[in-house]
Amino acid sequence: MYKIVKKEFLNPTVTLMEIEAPFIAAKAEPGQFIILRVDNEGERIPLTVAGYDRKKGTVTIIFQIVGATTALLNQKAEGEFISDFVGPLGKKTETDGLKKVCIVGGGVGCAIALPVARKLHELGCHVTSIIGFRSKDLLILEKEFTDVSDKLYIMTDDGSYGRQGNVCVPLNEMFAEGESFDEVITIGPLIMMKFVVAAVRPTGIPCTVSMNPIMIDGTGMCGGCRLTLNRDGKKVTEFACVDGPDFNGYEVDFDEAMSRGVMYRDFERHAYEETCNLFSKEVK
Amino acid sequence: MAANMSQVKNPMPTQAPEVRAHNFDEVATGYDEATAIDEALRCLNCKNMPCVSGCPVNIHIPQFISKVKEGDFEEAYRIISESSSLPAVCGRVCPQEKQCESKCVRGIKGDPVGIGRLERFVADWHNAHSNEAPITEASNGHKVAVVGSGPSGLTCAGDLAKKGYKVTVFEALHAAGGVLVYGIPEFRLPKAIVQKEVDNLIAMGVDMETNMVIGKTLTIDELFDMGYEAVFVGSGAGLPSFMGIPGESLKGVYSANEFLTRSNLMKAYRGVATTPIMKGGRVAVVGGGNVAMDAARTALRLGAEKVYIVYRRSMEELPARREEVEHAMEEGIEFMLLNNPVEILGYENSEDKRDPKNGFVTGMRCVRMELGDPDERGRRRPVEIKGSEFVLDVDTVIISIGTTPNPLIKMTTDGLEVNQRGGIIVEESTGATTKEGVYAGGDAVTGAATVISAMGAGKVAATAIDNYLKKK
Repeated sequence: MYKIVKKEFLNPTVTLMEIEAPFIAAKAEPGQFIILRVDNEGERIPLTVAGYDRKKGTVTIIFQIVGATTALLNQKAEGEFISDFVGPLGKKTETDGLKKVCIVGGGVGCAIALPVARKLHELGCHVTSIIGFRSKDLLILEKEFTDVSDKLYIMTDDGSYGRQGNVCVPLNEMFAEGESFDEVITIGPLIMMKFVVAAVRPTGIPCTVSMNPIMIDGTGMCGGCRLTLNRDGKKVTEFACVDGPDFNGYEVDFDEAMSRGVMYRDFERHAYEETCNLFSKEVK
Repeated sequence: MAANMSQVKNPMPTQAPEVRAHNFDEVATGYDEATAIDEALRCLNCKNMPCVSGCPVNIHIPQFISKVKEGDFEEAYRIISESSSLPAVCGRVCPQEKQCESKCVRGIKGDPVGIGRLERFVADWHNAHSNEAPITEASNGHKVAVVGSGPSGLTCAGDLAKKGYKVTVFEALHAAGGVLVYGIPEFRLPKAIVQKEVDNLIAMGVDMETNMVIGKTLTIDELFDMGYEAVFVGSGAGLPSFMGIPGESLKGVYSANEFLTRSNLMKAYRGVATTPIMKGGRVAVVGGGNVAMDAARTALRLGAEKVYIVYRRSMEELPARREEVEHAMEEGIEFMLLNNPVEILGYENSEDKRDPKNGFVTGMRCVRMELGDPDERGRRRPVEIKGSEFVLDVDTVIISIGTTPNPLIKMTTDGLEVNQRGGIIVEESTGATTKEGVYAGGDAVTGAATVISAMGAGKVAATAIDNYLKKK
């Protein structure tokens, strides 16, 4: 059992939790993920590590309430326990030798982008961050990004905060002005990452994306998280759990990943509604 | 007592095919005492014991069967336990027709003695009647780590605990048992039996640490730093192989590992679980091994209207355990032999990219095969028959053509060498790897193989670890 030592609502749909997991906290690096189960009947879900405190022995996760499992997790209070928490899985984000980087985060993906930005900042790298949200209500981690970024662009789809537009707007403007980076690292919804890759591609700047496909074991056993990469004119299958979750964005077949990502949409929606109904019954 | 000279084995009682095809209860229900004794009386107690040479862990087969003849089932169990730590499991999942029973003298004219069925009977009898606590040895003060709680790990841990070692088993998943839990379905190996074996080890003083991914959470070198003096790696099979044909990433295409893990480990077969699985419809399972049979029969029980096994060779080469093939056929699974998939087809509405049906499997294009010249292993090579392509109408495809060893440990362990297929290189007689103090066995070494061969490797390594630590 793993204790929830801290719980904080970042916005109405996004929650932060610190989980006591000393073995994982000792090793976790930005870009890696954990797998958790809320209870004994629960499914295994992967969440990318949003932070870690090696001294306290805790790992931070930030999750959006999108389905049954995240809704159930969100019901757990500080001091309560979840049954399983395993990691750190996958490879860390490569930061060696980077001097000037642009981090592009979207929505709850910003939670995962933050530790990468923070690590680069600590390594003395020049960090430009672009973070995008649907609206002001959904904005998270503004202060944290301000602390670790040399330049920060905040974008909202509806213009209710920062600038109006998507994350590609400032990116394209910078490229038009001749700005360059050693690497662009993007983490967020698949459709956003697809467009970021398309925006970066003409510049030839390396572009890393963080993939979050459906997973079960997360340890290189089931093959459910496979992705198709177009590498040197050939189609290659790799697995997000052991080969990723970071991939060369130029190679990823995003359309396929988006299609696979919604394989269980009907089931998930049904499970989510059932879970919510269960909670409202409890309240009555 | 006079020998039973009947040429046929006592049949294994089973649930009727039309009933069991719709439930996950165990298919075979096991011999009763009278049937077991009657079957034991078929054993001629040969002096040279050919059956023993066919058993990867050399169980004293004629001796245990003699005790069954006498009705001394507990003594029979004790004899089996000298060589095997998981008899209730092996009696159910061993391919006996290729091992002990293939050497049985009674098999020359008629059926061999039902050794596997007797082993299962004895183990079940013991589990039902004995509540003696397992004997725990006084600790010798030495710590050994076992990576993985599948058949090789459980065997190695059990043997070392019996010798007085303080053993910790590290399991990556949330439940112990490895492939016995995530892979082999309930109807063939009930989870309660595996749990009983795990509980036994815990009662013997073995620590079972779940959610520990060795190679990630801790490395092998860190285990040594923590005071473990030797490590056994039984991390099992890893990533599934795919065929490399178009359409393998369509929705509705599973590896057998994923399909079985969803159903078994995550209990998707029960209504209450939150892990989804595609149920019903028409299903093609590609491959001919035990895992393919398990996947096909699981799909059927989940409500599929039609299930095919698509295998590129003929029944003669089909590697699955004979009993599973027979059971699958009785249940109505159709074997499409000498057929090879060339493409998986998906729905595509070119007018509406947002059509929710887009990207789901609609069929599988196959080509018929014939057997040509034998390959280097002597198996006749399947060759395509030109112009024989056809489309099989299915909406789920389960690929079951093998796995490669798990890559996590080799990625993070300096000095541990693997062969070109990714299997850990070991000295066969000891299980010793190229790294001092590290031993390995099971699928992590051989690639996908059987439960009993993994157990055999766990046993060999336990003896070698004992010798190594005594000398140290």
